[in-house]
Amino acid sequence: MGDCKQTKLYNKHVACGGKMVPFAGYDMPVQYVPGIVGEHLHTREKCGLFDVSHMGQCFIGAGDGTFETAAKALERLVPADIQSLLPGQQRYTQLLNDDGGILDDLMVSRLGTRGRDHTLYLVVNAGCKARDFVHLKTCLPDGVNISVGDDTLSLIALQGPKAPDVLGALNPAVRNLVFMTGADVPLTDTIRAYVSRSGYTGEDGYEISVKHGDVEALAGILLEHEAVEMAGLGARDSLRMEAGLCLYGHDIGTHVSPIEAGLLWSIPKHRRAANANYMGAARIAADIADRSSRRLVGILPHGRAIAREHTEVHDLDGNAIGEITSGGFGPSVGGPVAMGYVARPFTKVGTDIHVIVRGKARPAKVVKLPFITHNYFRG
Amino acid sequence: MSLYFTQDHEWIRVDGDIGTVGISPYAARQLGDVVYVELPGIGANPGRGDEIAVVESVKAASEIYAPVGGEITEVNKALEDDPGTVNDSADEDGWFLRMKLSDMSELESLMDEAEYREYCEGL
Repeated sequence: MGDCKQTKLYNKHVACGGKMVPFAGYDMPVQYVPGIVGEHLHTREKCGLFDVSHMGQCFIGAGDGTFETAAKALERLVPADIQSLLPGQQRYTQLLNDDGGILDDLMVSRLGTRGRDHTLYLVVNAGCKARDFVHLKTCLPDGVNISVGDDTLSLIALQGPKAPDVLGALNPAVRNLVFMTGADVPLTDTIRAYVSRSGYTGEDGYEISVKHGDVEALAGILLEHEAVEMAGLGARDSLRMEAGLCLYGHDIGTHVSPIEAGLLWSIPKHRRAANANYMGAARIAADIADRSSRRLVGILPHGRAIAREHTEVHDLDGNAIGEITSGGFGPSVGGPVAMGYVARPFTKVGTDIHVIVRGKARPAKVVKLPFITHNYFRG
Repeated sequence: MSLYFTQDHEWIRVDGDIGTVGISPYAARQLGDVVYVELPGIGANPGRGDEIAVVESVKAASEIYAPVGGEITEVNKALEDDPGTVNDSADEDGWFLRMKLSDMSELESLMDEAEYREYCEGL
């Protein structure tokens, strides 16, 4: 596959029958033997193991050794409240450009590890990581340092209702982590990992950051559990779509603001003013004030025809009002699901619209996201 | 009854002047989970090579072409509720449609089963 990089689980993927495809510069498994639908349903019912080592991991720390200095510096680049993070807490946010467009969406954690809780840990998208790391290095002030973890750390996601049983068998402490918190824990006599109760499937589960040298052994131990099966990028995509979660480069990008993308919930009230202290704050405030002209909504096509990315959306009179940005078959829904941008008058839940598939207008409805109930553990 | 194949992996089983059309198990495997099959209207008159159906898998939509020209006489309604039949039984229960052939000589350009098997091995 040309110049594609391999993750440390490459041989495992091939041994498990993974169908490898190039994705964001890596050879990644799009599916295994059961196929996308089987892996998706297995994850919702039991537990899927995903290799997400292609994603970028980095750490931000301040030379003065304080959390405040690091948090204040990152807060200049994202709309979320970083300073209020307690040790072990994690938040979803976006890196914004000066115009309030989304450079990337990411998870930011304050490490829960004793002695390292002044450090921020970021997980960013594979396709954006090179640009993100340059952006961070350029924009973070002197005295605040970024160190990239990709050369030493792998990342796997264990997702599904059985995940607490599976990982809890290795260390019961992970059962007590609530959604969006993490801790540095031993999982075997020799393997330690940073485990966070999070993921991108809408299910309960964990993301596990572990040394390159340990990831294959850890994956092997997890797969020994009867509830666990490998799941590929295909299932990861249909799972996140049903969960109503944005995919960078499709549902979000530099051309949209977090408000247009329906991500207002990720911005605290005191960071919504035009003079809030971060790049792009003026756009956020303006989009909130004049209710942006378009917004990302859930779209449920009637019938069974799949409305995929770039499908045109029309009103009932045949006027173009928007476009689908993610669309496919939702195995748990049992039919097509989609997300896309529509003009403001059509964003209301219940609005009847048309999606144009193979030249034919087909009935669809604007619906509330997500398509499935999130199954997060909030304690 | 005789069975013919196209290079696009459609099959047609001919009985008199009526042909039953589907896609090969090889094609169904390549597509992955089939989630929707859009079938033509009865009475449509496709020429050889015209699009007659669309198969939607989780991954992509794929056009299905008429192996020969003719008039559509029947479509497999069972696929509406259970499109996965195409994966489970591509060469039997997963048939798409029946057509009345307009020119039997068009069958001569198609592959027989042995030729098709050899063709797939070369892919």
